[in-house]
Amino acid sequence: MTNILIVGVGGQGSLLASRILGAFYTKRGLDVKLSEVHGMSQRGGSVVTYVRAGERVDSPIISRHTADMILSFEAIEAARYLEYLKPDGALITSTQEIDPMPVITGAAKYPSDILDQIADLGVKAVSMDALSLAVEAGSPKAANVVMIGAASNVLGGSEEEWLEVLAACVPPKFLEMNRKAFLLGRAAHCSK
Amino acid sequence: MNQSEKTLLLGNAAVARGLYEAGCSFVSSYPGTPSTEVTEEVANYPEVYAEWAPNEKVALEAAFGASLSGVRSFAGMKHVGLNVAADPLFTMAYTGINGGLVIAVADDMGMHSSQNEQDSRHYAISAKVPMVEPADSEECRSFVKAAYELSERFDTPVLFRLSTRIAHSRSLVALADREDVARREYVKNPQKYVMMPANARGRHVFVEDRMAKLAELAETTGLNKIIPGDKKLGIIASGIAYCYAREALGDNASYLKLGLIHPLSEKLIREFAASVDRLIVIEELDDVFESQIKKMGIACEGKSLFSLLGEYSAELIEKVICGKETSGYDLPAPVPGRPPVLCPGCPHRGVFYVLSKLKLTVSGDIGCYTLGALAPLSALDTTLCMGASISGLHGFVKAGGEEAAKKSVAVIGDSTFIHSGITGLINIVYNQSNATVMILDNSITGMTGHQQNPCTGKTLQNDPTYAVDLEALCKAVGVKRVSVVDPFDIAAVEATVKEELAANEPSVIIARRPCALLKSVKAQPALKVDADKCRRCKACMKIGCPAISFDAEHGAKIDFSLCTGCGLCEKLCKFDAIIG
Repeated sequence: MTNILIVGVGGQGSLLASRILGAFYTKRGLDVKLSEVHGMSQRGGSVVTYVRAGERVDSPIISRHTADMILSFEAIEAARYLEYLKPDGALITSTQEIDPMPVITGAAKYPSDILDQIADLGVKAVSMDALSLAVEAGSPKAANVVMIGAASNVLGGSEEEWLEVLAACVPPKFLEMNRKAFLLGRAAHCSK
Repeated sequence: MNQSEKTLLLGNAAVARGLYEAGCSFVSSYPGTPSTEVTEEVANYPEVYAEWAPNEKVALEAAFGASLSGVRSFAGMKHVGLNVAADPLFTMAYTGINGGLVIAVADDMGMHSSQNEQDSRHYAISAKVPMVEPADSEECRSFVKAAYELSERFDTPVLFRLSTRIAHSRSLVALADREDVARREYVKNPQKYVMMPANARGRHVFVEDRMAKLAELAETTGLNKIIPGDKKLGIIASGIAYCYAREALGDNASYLKLGLIHPLSEKLIREFAASVDRLIVIEELDDVFESQIKKMGIACEGKSLFSLLGEYSAELIEKVICGKETSGYDLPAPVPGRPPVLCPGCPHRGVFYVLSKLKLTVSGDIGCYTLGALAPLSALDTTLCMGASISGLHGFVKAGGEEAAKKSVAVIGDSTFIHSGITGLINIVYNQSNATVMILDNSITGMTGHQQNPCTGKTLQNDPTYAVDLEALCKAVGVKRVSVVDPFDIAAVEATVKEELAANEPSVIIARRPCALLKSVKAQPALKVDADKCRRCKACMKIGCPAISFDAEHGAKIDFSLCTGCGLCEKLCKFDAIIG
């Protein structure tokens, strides 16, 4: 069974990311369940999408301490869901920081050392500036696909296999930009 | 069929597929998370007529009319939507149907996007209609077809219960072709369809007889399934609760998985109970199964172990039943929360900034603008249900007198106003309260993810249609003072609100600007802060824009990836520090 959490802020494109992973595992002939968040939580709130693949998947939800991977689009969201990661699980996170409303109103402080705190726990973590790579690929909106590119190194599968899945999941108009974003993410993760 | 030949479908998309395959040809719904995508998806099948109705009552009555004309019909809604449609439902249970009629109702355990956590299974019991519940996308598809068969065989509307985790999960589905369903002839039959007392008395006999027959069917229907495993523990569950139980307990338990969840299969439950040492009912929300099973005189456990509140999980079931505790990474301190917020560029922000500044009592409603309740805008005083902003304000102003009238407004979105706000406005005019109503017209149904409504001039399929003229409508019901403002023009919003509060008659202020997320709305270039000019006064922080952050050393900062260039913060900066 493979358990992957995709976490971030509503509007960062976690739905597309989960659909790409879902298509990847479906193509491999596995049973797949994805659980998404729609509605109110999408409005800039904390969002989590669960991706599960295996011979037989019952619950679409991942239990705490059992995730093989957390793919995080924002730094404190990585921390918020860290308890879902199993002891030898992999965390891949974007270094992007988006202030939540309690920080904006001054009721809380953004913990700017949060990724260090996570590293201090001995987590197998890789962080990367996915936003800059997405801008390089053509749009800040492609940060989600940059992160999928990074995750592809850990999840297995050839570059060709992934690019085929990507082509099936994004509109043709944006395919070239997303290919670029995917490859930039894949290369950046390798160099870590 | 191999897994790789199946299609990964959202539960709601699989319901839509089931409607298509079942030969359904009429769909009328009102959007509501987590039910919305059923109707959006079914609109992609040209064989199925589909529409957004102004509210759930209209949708269900329209579906009933289509059924009467002889076709298979459908209405979809969220759990609280069924409250609105309850009136036709209860009497439709008496009349029965002509073409099959299925009503999807989506519960929201955990309240991901709802104002309450009601359990819609109570409706099946009190309206005396059968209810079916799927546990994955494949069952969403196949159970819809079974629901139509039940509907036509037993002459009844059938409730189809969804939940957030089924509706919004994707799993693999084996697609089939559309059935060719012949239109049934409509035959005038007042004894069946005119529910005046004399006829309804006869139909009530039919209803009770039908429930007895359905209870017999429940014993043999393929919708209920026994999954044998270890006999020491037996689990009765349906829908997502079954998925959690199966994940948690695997073959260490036997399961009675219910697909027909009303009426219950008494003999089957009795036999299953006798075959296991310990029987536990696992059901989210209320003890609907447990209390019925106990009434049958069958011993079981349920809510003595599990909560009436929120969602369950495989992890919770493992902990409660197996005593299993797990551990993992633990950070020293919790990170700041991240509640949902009004989007950058949201037109509602200017209105709430003004209402908050004027310290008004604000009667709120259901939609994106409910988020105006959160800090720093903190503008809303109430949120109850669709339309309640206007009717509630009427009572507040009538009972509170002139002082209340001068210090309070209602805010309601365009779609919600049409849903059930207009009747409240008619009450304001008819019973003469000096109330001020603001319609926040962003030209779309926003929170549920951009559905067209009668004000937008477009149908569900985005085809052009008549758009309700809100100004003319408000005037037609007798409101003489109707004004329109641009919510980005905060000076005009403030002046208009003050003027209408001062007036001694009902007023409507329409704050009109399209939602910033609409494709037709082009974002302006992101704004920047000139750090040399920023005096750290934090005026720009009062609007709660997620694109603006602040620290004492650098002052305000705008995130280019979030800013839509709406210019609201620019208007609040007295030092011209925010620039394009």
